[in-house]
Amino acid sequence: MFSDLDLALFFAIVIIVLFAGYMAYFWRKPENMGAHEEWSVGGRRFGTVVMWFLLGGDVYTAYTLIAVPGAAATAGPGGGAFAMFAIAYGIMIYPIVYGTMPRLWNVSKRRSYITAADFVKDRFSSRFLAMLIALTGVLAELPYIALQITGIKYVLGALSLPITVSLIIAFILVAGFTFVSGLRGPALTAIIKDAIIWVAVIVIIVYIPIRMGGFGHIFSKASAVPGYYPLSINPVIAVGYSSLALGSALALFLYPHAITGTLGAKDSKTIRRNASLLPIYNILLMFVALIGIMAVAYYNKVPAISSEALPKLVMNIFPSTFTAFAFAAVVVGSIVPASIMALASANLLTRNVYLEYINPNASEKTQTNLSRGLVMVVIIAALAFSLVPAASGEIIYLQTIGGAIIMQTLPAVYLALFTRKLNKYPVGIGWLVGLSTTLIALFQLDFKTSLYKNLDFLYVGILALILNLVVVGIGMAIMKAMNKVKDEGIIENSEFNDIE
Amino acid sequence: MNWLLKFIVLAIPYFFMVLGIGIYMRVKPELGGFPFFYWYQLVWIFIAAALTFSVYSIENAEKKKGVTH
Repeated sequence: MFSDLDLALFFAIVIIVLFAGYMAYFWRKPENMGAHEEWSVGGRRFGTVVMWFLLGGDVYTAYTLIAVPGAAATAGPGGGAFAMFAIAYGIMIYPIVYGTMPRLWNVSKRRSYITAADFVKDRFSSRFLAMLIALTGVLAELPYIALQITGIKYVLGALSLPITVSLIIAFILVAGFTFVSGLRGPALTAIIKDAIIWVAVIVIIVYIPIRMGGFGHIFSKASAVPGYYPLSINPVIAVGYSSLALGSALALFLYPHAITGTLGAKDSKTIRRNASLLPIYNILLMFVALIGIMAVAYYNKVPAISSEALPKLVMNIFPSTFTAFAFAAVVVGSIVPASIMALASANLLTRNVYLEYINPNASEKTQTNLSRGLVMVVIIAALAFSLVPAASGEIIYLQTIGGAIIMQTLPAVYLALFTRKLNKYPVGIGWLVGLSTTLIALFQLDFKTSLYKNLDFLYVGILALILNLVVVGIGMAIMKAMNKVKDEGIIENSEFNDIE
Repeated sequence: MNWLLKFIVLAIPYFFMVLGIGIYMRVKPELGGFPFFYWYQLVWIFIAAALTFSVYSIENAEKKKGVTH
């Protein structure tokens, strides 16, 4: 049980981290905080160290700390070793980042973009396509934010706190500090947050295996549990495994929050350097995922609520004071990313919907204030997603639902970074086909999972992306036959080159 | 660095993680208590990082020398 002192420690850590977020308002304070570029991308000033934590923070969220161990502690072919798709996913993230993000940063710096949709607008000369991409981004963030909120819920539940009240407090803290500091809040907080998480995670992944007699022992004990497959995946689900890993990797840096974070870098070299350093995070990721298997080995059975695998195991093995510390790490590890996600969504609605269609003459100050208000709206909308069935089962699927949605913007963003020939109509129709396929399939699956059983458990996102790309390809072929293929948009190819 | 070579180097992990699922979807041989499925992927964390880092190092060196592509 937790003493009052433990609970005090828990709240002290959470509050100190968030207070640092508020203080970030004064960190490298610009002359004009009202400027939207200052609030939304921190004035594009972040160097290697800040970017490491800011982008790395996209990896260490409730996804890693609650959802992945939870999936690993689930019975059947879709649990156990299957959760390691997150490792394959982690491995495949950074080569894409290296190949695409420096180009996006260069053109964004030259043209003061703060969202991917800003880029789409000029690349295709279509503010309508830009708005579609923006709205897709917001829709995709909602389940991801819901995942963070759900993660907080499980931890607070393990602390025996009243969940509704705690969630309201958590919401106010997230929304509040995003409101005040913009991207500066999450960036500085991400450093402190990651330091706390690293300490908690390293203690957990070193101590538990020693206490349980090594990994060989953990694996043999876990594999003795009937219906549980911790050693390797069942071939039945191989397509699901690799498509989910690939799809998640393709999706991650299309998410508005990942792009907003990346555009905060001070130059494209910082992004390249981080893309080659950040894979180090994946090592810890694998051991955190293994905590789910350790939990099954420890209890000799699969936990009734898979998402409680990590919180309950930590609680049963460690003294309550350390548990309070580790739980605080999970909570800030969920709040900070949720804040970045909400911020990025608000930027999209302000820039690519409000400014474009409703009030083109809005002042910088109005834009910043509107974004602040929209942060609240987005977080409330995300709460709705925390009611879908995946949120009470395998919460890892919340993230993959978001991924399947955002992946449909790949042609408009990633492909458009490399060719000027793409036309808005094929890309728009491809987007429509891809997003419809995703949503229809998710409804068929009742939003419980994102693996399509009738097609060897292929990830819905990949299925939809293939159809999307086929449509774009056919559309471009038709245009070519009509001799309509030309250079589109107003961005010159040289604008993707590094800024010296 | 030639763009095709860069693309190939950056794409290598995808072949081994996605198409290679048939290779690593197995338990034996174990290493340090870990089934093959796990340590194969652990090894690839390092290989993938090394590949990306080598592209970065080459491009960085070229930039210092003033080579452009």
